[in-house]
Amino acid sequence: MTGPSIEAVNLSKNYERFAAVSNLNLRLEGPKCVGFLGPNGAGKTTTLKIFTHLIKPTSGEAYINGQDITKNVRKALAHAGALIESPEIYPAFTPREALSEIAELRGIPRTERAKRVDEVIAEVRMAEWENKRVGKFSKGMKQRINIAAALLTDPEVILLDEPTTGLDPRGMTEVRDIVKSLKTRNKLIFMSSHLLSEVADVCDEVAMIDHGKLVKYDTLGNVTSQFSRGEGVVDITVSRDIDEVQVTAISAVDGVVSLEKLDPRNVRVRFRGGLDAQEKLLYDLVSKRIGMVSFKGSASALEDAYLNLIEDSR
Amino acid sequence: MAQVRTIFKYEFRNYFRARRFYVLLAIDLLISALLTTVVGYYRPSIFLSSNLTFYSGWWGQFVTFVIILAGVFFGGDAISGEFQNKTGYFIIPNPIRRSSIYVGKWMAAYAASAITVGLFALGAVINGVFYFGASVPSQLWVSILFALLYLAAVMGFTFFFSSLFKTSSISILVTVILFLFVFSLVQTLVATLVGIEPWFILTYGGEIVGNILQVPYPVTNTIPGPGRFSLTTFAVSVPVGLAIISIYFFLTAAAGLFLFERKEFT
Repeated sequence: MTGPSIEAVNLSKNYERFAAVSNLNLRLEGPKCVGFLGPNGAGKTTTLKIFTHLIKPTSGEAYINGQDITKNVRKALAHAGALIESPEIYPAFTPREALSEIAELRGIPRTERAKRVDEVIAEVRMAEWENKRVGKFSKGMKQRINIAAALLTDPEVILLDEPTTGLDPRGMTEVRDIVKSLKTRNKLIFMSSHLLSEVADVCDEVAMIDHGKLVKYDTLGNVTSQFSRGEGVVDITVSRDIDEVQVTAISAVDGVVSLEKLDPRNVRVRFRGGLDAQEKLLYDLVSKRIGMVSFKGSASALEDAYLNLIEDSR
Repeated sequence: MAQVRTIFKYEFRNYFRARRFYVLLAIDLLISALLTTVVGYYRPSIFLSSNLTFYSGWWGQFVTFVIILAGVFFGGDAISGEFQNKTGYFIIPNPIRRSSIYVGKWMAAYAASAITVGLFALGAVINGVFYFGASVPSQLWVSILFALLYLAAVMGFTFFFSSLFKTSSISILVTVILFLFVFSLVQTLVATLVGIEPWFILTYGGEIVGNILQVPYPVTNTIPGPGRFSLTTFAVSVPVGLAIISIYFFLTAAAGLFLFERKEFT
């Protein structure tokens, strides 16, 4: 085993006649962020719950770093941190106490425990609240503590189940920033989400699931290009309200197929070609000096791919 | 074992800060205060004829009620609460066996309950010393030991029902109904009407806590009635009582753990 890994082998979970997960085969290896996409009830949370020992599979195996979760839960979860379904913490506990409990359970030596708890509390920006009781915390604050708990042992594998659900826009941005920072630290992050923009923003690869079956697992670029009909989509932000002169200037760039004004300062540009064409488009737009302050691949490409794949699987 | 200790430590801390702990302490104090007032004011002979009858009336009559309350307060939703309140999602996805969680929680609930039972015993002893001096009968210490064993069985039983359900209120309600109504009803029916010793009822086994304080130790008594009818009052012997308590403890603890191991956070 060279790097962190997660593997589902013929993994199935049935509830009476309903198959929540059906013969799922998926292997993720190495440091990266993999988005786990699918409609409601597709089996995303069920899969993650199997990987975290919250439920047992009906058949098949789930491995974390080569350890079967059903046969050796302690070894399998020793190097994995997880956040599943917005856990609650005892209201009478402070963040420091809750995290100290997890630190003790995970066997962090007494001499390092306080330091490590300090570090994760700082990482999720909860230092100001570390000795206040959790009972009166907002959902976003609790979610940050939950993320801190998942990071306590600096695990190689991180499983996140819709980590931004229920958070306000600021909370969502903060959680995404944390996930992005984890990517730079050689982690394997497996994150379910129903927010395609979030996955497009944070993840390198996507695994799509529908009716408990894997319908696609590939890099974000490959998945979007497969369904792009030879076209790419970028979202552009400019520093002042877009006028007709700018619209004409952008539309005139070689390869631009269409332009959609999202709001006074944001436009979505559809263009012919792949990454090379996107690079050229960026160069051309910069040289036109239209006041561009942001240029990024649009989640709409992933949305197209997602809708196509989910439609095909039905 | 280290993980059991950790769960125990934090669960106990949680109990210690919970309102229910102080509610139970208040009930404890209220019962003790009522008894102190009644005995002090009316000076009933059933309490004051000897130190043994005093402890039998004070401790032996009421401690089983305190034990059942403690079992329900601390064990009634110990496991089901983890599902309903989603606190289980914080602990389970860690490298820990569910058995360690179960045992640690059980020990914490037992310790918290034992404190309330201990305080009730303290109230009895303080009053006993006031009326009869420091000569505490040896039967009281045996009775306290039996009470702690009975508490273990009650806690095993409440944990079993807590593992059976995912809703706290249902698990608490079921245990309350069983202990306060069903057990005594069934015991009365089978003992009085059918004439069968209710050895399968936990509360019957728990009667050794009070019986040991009576001299002579009570025995099963049958009173002939009109025609073929007779009325039997069963008195559980110490060996039978201990056997009932032990069997309930081991069976319900094992069954509760079995259920918790298999229960899914769906």
